[in-house]
Amino acid sequence: MEIIAVFAPLLGFLIAGLFGKNLTDKGAQFVTCLFVIIAAVASSLLFYDVIFGMAPRVVPLASWISVGDFTVNWALRVDQLSVIMMCVITIVSSCVHVYSVGYMSHDSAKARFMAYLSLFTFAMLMLVTADNLLQLFFGWEGVGLASYLLIGFWNKKDSANAASMKAFLVNRIGDFGLALGIMATFIIFGSIEFDTIFNQAADHADQTFSFWGGEYHAYTIIGLLLFMGAVGKSAQLGLHVWLPDAMEGPTPVSALIHAATMVTAGIFLIARFSPIYEYAPIALQTICIFGGLTAFVAATIGMTQFDIKRVIAYSTMSQLGYMFFALGVSAYEAAMFHLVTHAFFKALLFLGAGSVIHAMSDEQDMRKMGGIWKKIPATYVLMWIGSLALAGVPFFAGYYSKDMILEAAFADASWFGTMAFWLGIAAAFMTAFYSWRLIIMTFHGKPRAEEKVMAHIHESPAIMLIPLFVLAFGALFSGKLLYDGFVGGGHHYASDYAVHDTIKDTDHSAVKIDAHTNTSAAADTDKFKFERAYFWGESVKVLPENDTVEAAHNVPYWVKKLPIVIGALGILCAYIIYMWREGLAQKFVRIFRPLHSLFYNKWYFDEIYNAVFTRQAFRLGALFKWSDKHIVDGLGPDGVAALAHKFAKGLGKMQSGFLFHYAFIMITSAVGILTWFLIIKPHLF
Amino acid sequence: MIIGLEHYLILAATLFTLGIFGIFLNRKNMIVILMSIELMLLAVNINFVAFSSFLGDLTGQIFAMFILTVAAAEAAIGLAILVVFFRNKDTIAVEDISDLKG
Repeated sequence: MEIIAVFAPLLGFLIAGLFGKNLTDKGAQFVTCLFVIIAAVASSLLFYDVIFGMAPRVVPLASWISVGDFTVNWALRVDQLSVIMMCVITIVSSCVHVYSVGYMSHDSAKARFMAYLSLFTFAMLMLVTADNLLQLFFGWEGVGLASYLLIGFWNKKDSANAASMKAFLVNRIGDFGLALGIMATFIIFGSIEFDTIFNQAADHADQTFSFWGGEYHAYTIIGLLLFMGAVGKSAQLGLHVWLPDAMEGPTPVSALIHAATMVTAGIFLIARFSPIYEYAPIALQTICIFGGLTAFVAATIGMTQFDIKRVIAYSTMSQLGYMFFALGVSAYEAAMFHLVTHAFFKALLFLGAGSVIHAMSDEQDMRKMGGIWKKIPATYVLMWIGSLALAGVPFFAGYYSKDMILEAAFADASWFGTMAFWLGIAAAFMTAFYSWRLIIMTFHGKPRAEEKVMAHIHESPAIMLIPLFVLAFGALFSGKLLYDGFVGGGHHYASDYAVHDTIKDTDHSAVKIDAHTNTSAAADTDKFKFERAYFWGESVKVLPENDTVEAAHNVPYWVKKLPIVIGALGILCAYIIYMWREGLAQKFVRIFRPLHSLFYNKWYFDEIYNAVFTRQAFRLGALFKWSDKHIVDGLGPDGVAALAHKFAKGLGKMQSGFLFHYAFIMITSAVGILTWFLIIKPHLF
Repeated sequence: MIIGLEHYLILAATLFTLGIFGIFLNRKNMIVILMSIELMLLAVNINFVAFSSFLGDLTGQIFAMFILTVAAAEAAIGLAILVVFFRNKDTIAVEDISDLKG
């Protein structure tokens, strides 16, 4: 079952990728969709098995590397954390696969596109089911590769090529940190197997690295390095520049990679390493600060953009910021909760935007839309659902998870937690504002598109709408349904569930016996309750004193209600500015010109990076190019070749072809030889 | 003045050197090269004959006869080649003949 869930998309990729030409487009689409849906069904069954059966397991596949003490195996680790990710990935991916059949119907390379989507799904599944850091790295890089291929899918467009390269390069910076983090982990634990690492996590908590004459806390270093990887992959402030540009890819790609799954890899990584992070408060603090700032900055940029996909992209970045500051205050479950709900409503929003773009004949600029809601009512309603969930309106999915995060940040009662809380509140206001700005600009008001485009507007076909309904279902109910399991109910202390140390191997009977002979608590923990402690099992670890999710249930009344009020205020503002008082927006822009241009130009990140890094890199590249050509090649291969050439030319010149030259040389040589023997070495005779 | 061996040898060396320089320095006519080769052969002959008479051994003079024969044959063949060459290339100027280079 585990193998089916992970490898079915790979099979789909191989079939569609290798035999796409023979299969025809229809065949390739059918095969990839089928395999991903199979994976989704398998994942759902596993979800039931692992979580309700409280039976996390590791499925060994094969030995990979074995050098001295260093062994790495291929294995699928399916515990609660993994299985949640697997469900999200495969369900969203199935929706995207099916949607793509409709969306890409005018494209010429359908089989290739579907194959890439499946490859991406496989890589992401490999990442979340990794049993050791190297396998995780494999998935991590696979995801990077697939995103590169998909962002640059329209490879005839220069901007798409540039965007894919940018995404790849920026991700490399993060991957560098991740690779270093893996090495640091190996130094401390002598292993990169998750089980070994997490079982010893408490023992090594005080260890330090000596480095350049200083002593540094090992876990903090590891935590920060892994976080660096997460910053790259999850588009946090600093390395976020690739995410908006990645909107060059086809819209289903944006939905799959840049909303629901790939960018969540960083969150998953940190949640997975919660046993380490719990002992590295400084690393957590950094994560929290980064997350809060990202949520805020991304939201400010999102308010001013006009490209419908870019607005959603920045909102993704902002929501990722929420997840990160939740991680930063040890509210791992809350972050994962938001990840799941966000995956649904963000994929819904992206695919809905794709539906709008499809209807508007590939127009993405919101200034050229408007007044189309009557023509595409289904898309309109779905976008409303997505936006309501995103803005955190009560009883939609986002409401539960986002409030949970904000409450947890408040409950942390540290300065950075509080800072993140207020940044999050500000971002919540802006989120609501730009969501409704998007809806109003896109669907309401006077039509601003050309008549030809307006005449052509049509509702998307059923094959595009059905996945949207599935996602809308998630956006409506996933918050309510999962709330108790993810973050609700009892304590999450290690002692409560120590007996469920049942990572199942081939025979788990021995472990089972241990479990029953354990403390008296064993009796009532054997039965599953839909509560946090049972739901997560051993997969996420929170120290009792850091348990902000628990504390979040007891925050003051106003903290619980503030996000709703703020959200409603944001929606109201959007209505006033863009619907009831048109022209007010321009007035605001004029009054706050410097601020607006700062936001509109994305805080000048691209410009600064261009000046500081890109251009210097180009200069450095030019230097290397010169030295390579003139020094390395000049003295090395080229130099030797030129010397031989010159020598040969000299020799060639002696071949004049004139008889008298040859005769002259013969005679002088003869004379020379004779002289040598007769005068200089006469004794030889 | 008694004409001794050394005079013959000096004459022969002079002739030989003249022959060599005739080959090197001549840029005009192939026939001159043939003549120069003859000159060198003659110089060698003078050496042979001079030593033969000096040492009282006839072998040298017999050798000289052989060389004369070979030289005559060689001159005949050389001139024949020259004629054929002239027919093909319309020139026997040494300057124009540089086909030996690759």
